Amino acid sequence: MSERNGIVRIGVYVCHCGTNIAAIVDCKAVAEYAGGLYHVTVSRDYKYLCSDPGQELIRQDIRDHKLNRIVVASCSPHLHEHTFRTAAEGAGLNAFYVHMVNIREHNSWVHENREAATKKAQDMVRAAVRRVVFHQSLEKVRVPVHPDVLVVGGGIAGIHAALTLANAGKKVYLVERQPTIGGHMAMFDKTFPTLDCAACILTPKMSSVKAHPNITLWAHSDVTKVEGYVGNYKVEVARRPRYINEDLCSGCLECIEACVYKEPKFIDEFNMGLGKRKPIYIPFPQAVPQMPLIDIDTCIQFKSGKCKKTCVQACGDRHAIDFSQKEEIRNIEVGTIIMATGFKAFDARRTPYYGYGTYPNVYTSLEVERLVNASGPTAGDVVLRDGRKPKTVGIIHCVGSRDEGTNRWCSRVCCMYSLKLAHLLKEHTDAEIFNFYIDIRTPGKGFEEFYQRLLSEGVHFIRGRVAEVTDWALDPTEENKLVLRVEDTLLGTVRRIPVDMVVLSVGIEPHEDAQDVRRLFNFGCGSEGFFLERHPKLAPVSTFTDGIFVAGCCQGPKDIPDTVAQAGAAAAEALALIDTGFVEQEPNTAYVIEDECSGCKTCVPMCPYSAVYFNADTKRAGIHQVLCKGCGTCVAACPSGSIKQHLFEDDQIFEEIEGVLTYA
Amino acid sequence: MLALIRRKMKFQREADPEWAEQISKAPGCDRVFSCIQCGTCSGTCPLSIYMDFTPRRIIALVREGFRTDALSCQTIWLCASCYSCTVHCPQNVHITDVMYSLKREAIKHKLYPSRFPIPVLAREFYEIVRRRGRNSEFWLVLRMAMKSNPLVLLTMAKTGWGLLRTGRMSLKSERITRIRELQNELADPQEVSR
Amino acid sequence: MTPEQAAKTSKGYLYFPGCSLRATGVAYEESLVELFRLLNIPLVELPDWNCCGATSYMCIDEGSAFLLSARNLSLAHTVNSRDLLAPCAACYLVLKKTQDYAAKHPKIRTQVEESLARGGLPPFDGVKVRHPLEMLYNDVGRDTLKSNVIRRWRGGRIACYYGCQAVRPYDEVDTAYNPMRMDELLQDVGAPTVDYALKTKCCGGSLTGTVHEVGVRLNYILLKEAARKGAEAIVTICPLCQFNLDAYQAEIRKATNEPIDMPILYFTQVLGYALGGDPKKLGLHRGISGRDLIKRWFPAHEEVEAYV
Repeated sequence: MSERNGIVRIGVYVCHCGTNIAAIVDCKAVAEYAGGLYHVTVSRDYKYLCSDPGQELIRQDIRDHKLNRIVVASCSPHLHEHTFRTAAEGAGLNAFYVHMVNIREHNSWVHENREAATKKAQDMVRAAVRRVVFHQSLEKVRVPVHPDVLVVGGGIAGIHAALTLANAGKKVYLVERQPTIGGHMAMFDKTFPTLDCAACILTPKMSSVKAHPNITLWAHSDVTKVEGYVGNYKVEVARRPRYINEDLCSGCLECIEACVYKEPKFIDEFNMGLGKRKPIYIPFPQAVPQMPLIDIDTCIQFKSGKCKKTCVQACGDRHAIDFSQKEEIRNIEVGTIIMATGFKAFDARRTPYYGYGTYPNVYTSLEVERLVNASGPTAGDVVLRDGRKPKTVGIIHCVGSRDEGTNRWCSRVCCMYSLKLAHLLKEHTDAEIFNFYIDIRTPGKGFEEFYQRLLSEGVHFIRGRVAEVTDWALDPTEENKLVLRVEDTLLGTVRRIPVDMVVLSVGIEPHEDAQDVRRLFNFGCGSEGFFLERHPKLAPVSTFTDGIFVAGCCQGPKDIPDTVAQAGAAAAEALALIDTGFVEQEPNTAYVIEDECSGCKTCVPMCPYSAVYFNADTKRAGIHQVLCKGCGTCVAACPSGSIKQHLFEDDQIFEEIEGVLTYA
Repeated sequence: MLALIRRKMKFQREADPEWAEQISKAPGCDRVFSCIQCGTCSGTCPLSIYMDFTPRRIIALVREGFRTDALSCQTIWLCASCYSCTVHCPQNVHITDVMYSLKREAIKHKLYPSRFPIPVLAREFYEIVRRRGRNSEFWLVLRMAMKSNPLVLLTMAKTGWGLLRTGRMSLKSERITRIRELQNELADPQEVSR
Repeated sequence: MTPEQAAKTSKGYLYFPGCSLRATGVAYEESLVELFRLLNIPLVELPDWNCCGATSYMCIDEGSAFLLSARNLSLAHTVNSRDLLAPCAACYLVLKKTQDYAAKHPKIRTQVEESLARGGLPPFDGVKVRHPLEMLYNDVGRDTLKSNVIRRWRGGRIACYYGCQAVRPYDEVDTAYNPMRMDELLQDVGAPTVDYALKTKCCGGSLTGTVHEVGVRLNYILLKEAARKGAEAIVTICPLCQFNLDAYQAEIRKATNEPIDMPILYFTQVLGYALGGDPKKLGLHRGISGRDLIKRWFPAHEEVEAYV
């Protein structure tokens, strides 16, 4: 052993992680135990090894004691492997002589018995000490980073990330599922707490996206395939037909005017069904791309083939309307990807006790955004579905949030947008407004001040979650009203409050296909469906897949300022990768011992990354070191055992197993 | 003057956190500590408007360990077990089960409001079924009235006549055949939760 | 037919009447028996059943409460029945809850099984507790019911009142928020139903007997809202609901001066009459309120006619 590996001198470091580990594991006892193990030269425990003095301690020991192996028993390698490897390199030791033992997540956080936990930590350290003896010096593989970026989702997050990157001179592909970019923000009337017009601040950015020479915008398109790895992604995008030729259309919209349907009569998705549109339509006047599309479910030409095609006549010489348009597939190569796919508003039908869908005057907050919007279906005139103007309005917070029956989380924006809608409804109708809240959460800049403003405007705030909305009337004052029954928890009394209009402040939830999307791109997702960041505090826009970043509500509920900040951060992370020009890969790659390979090709089709190839000249398998992700599939599959893997060598693993099983 | 003014202050020494813990161990009561005090239970409760503490406040009393208030109030006895609170609660607190658990405690420690007819009814029901295996509505109401407020029998006379006239009042008290075995099974009642 | 035979014929049902169906709710049992006879489905009473314990037992001693209920399940088990029909909402819930809690809390199961063993009774799993509404809806089916209708509906509009414990907290009878199965069955026999926001609100249960004014007020609200929505009668699926809504209308009239006099029916009575049942056998003469209307809607001498 010593002959092959030289004289092995191991340093063992046991971290207290404050009390995270030390409260359950007796770190001093673990260090003392490790000190007695074969090959161990130095063994110490320390309060925070990841701190500067902690790292310096390791470096100093390497220099003083000529250590050539380091075992750190602390947290997950996800967190600090890089830290300790870098520390070792700082003292001239190859980074791959460092091995980490996770005695926090795998031990102190999941155990209660101090004695048993300490014993387990000692066993884990013993296994690592035996393993690290067989570690070898390895070099990281460098791969170049393709400078182009894919941004998925054209809401405010995607728009901001794309513009930031494009302004820095990078080429960006922006793919949006809907026919226009703008996302939910384009539907809003005003934004809280400043009450600046959402369209006024958003639409210039939307236009810049379209005009920017560095941005390729593909709306009405889906990402259908993603292959590759950080720096080198190959992406397939399907561009669904709009039945309008983008290159020929001038955006004059005369075709819409000319449609055989004189009046719009189909449900207008952008206006939440409160307005109507024609089969050929543009979602809203400032839509980008500024171009109509045809809905084949309602267009007579598509349904019967017997339309007068007045739209085509109106288009005239431009010939932009193309009923035969087909889906187009585009293949692109990018180095980094930013996911900004946004959210889905909670479906209020899932809370039947609030009567949405039963009583026409129950609205969702998004519907009210359109209702108070000057460019909305009623031009900002707040008229109820039954034609009345509301004199009293009840706004119910936390619909589809903080509820085990629907979604457990707080949606973060509902308090503030409910205050905003209360203000706008008051402004538009002078109605008496009741807010029903569980807790008012105003932890943003200017938010509490806005709450104070609403209080001074005479809006009622009743602390209580409404139990039900019914049309049940106890007396004439409740006739033809919607009655909210609620405990005013501050009074400690149940109240019945008749109103003309109910607004349900619906929460934010992941898209229904969030899990499919994250599988397509191959990154992590919480069980509820929000995309998982690499670290909740320190890597909030990274995912566990290198080169893929997240921004906006697809990662979790957040407001516009936070979304924009996150989009900027994601863009900066992508820029950092692009400008470095390369990424270093973990050298945990598989390799073929050519002399032992029989050329059976079993391994070739097994590789999920197409890294294994068959060399026809030598009749042996080979592995592209750059493509290999170190999954180990080929290693296990090889019938002759001639594929090995760095950092997972047989002797390393067997020693580790022996170590953990040996009774001390 | 002092008779009109009452001092209201809860001292921490009156709180019994162990009791709160114990209630939370009863079947169905495990989520009392998850309550966010939103008041949905009170809002949906058909009887909260008659209660001295709304159901939400009962949960608050329980988890802060204010045992005497929670056990001697009328609220728990007004609960008709309609389960509206339980199905509406956004935090899955089984409030109906908490109410049951408090009723049992109140009876065990004789803390229920005196001459309040509801606990009297429960106890009479308990006795009749224990003796016969089945309930008799007629005898139950009679016994409850005698023990709480005999005057109510006057107001009930009219209802009784309506029932008698339509053949819906049974004076005979039914009894199951294997009553001895049942009594044997029921012997030595234990509380499951502790 | 013995209970064992009934359980073995796939069509037969074992049923648990409960105490109320032997007193104030006798019309429920009569109409249920008659309806099943008309549908040609054997219905057999659970031998030597005991009180389910209702809500009162749970207030005193949960061990005994679970045991009382479990004894009935155990008896059903001894005759190898697959289902146990419980028409009373309170019985239905208590039996169901016993099974649910025994499954969730092993301690309850062990203790109950030990007690049952003292009386020589077997364990109590394996029997499915059913409510007739759900059983008629799922097992018999709307089509079969519809095809058996031989009398045309001659009454007015009705409000379907599901009450509390049949639909809460378990949702097998129907959903807790807007149950519609009774509405659908009654519409199938031609009876128009109204939207009734209070269809699952509580009638107060035994409160009419204990805190009388409170209990009666709850029922006043239920009656008044049904009338406001244009209903002339309320149809129920629980004996206590029927009793509470039926028995205090005279008192309500006196206290409020409102002309409330509304028939309170069991859904089995309405279905049974539509299928050609005899009003007397369906217990339709046992209503206290709205007697004139009941006579008009369900005439005894009406020739049975083909339903058009």
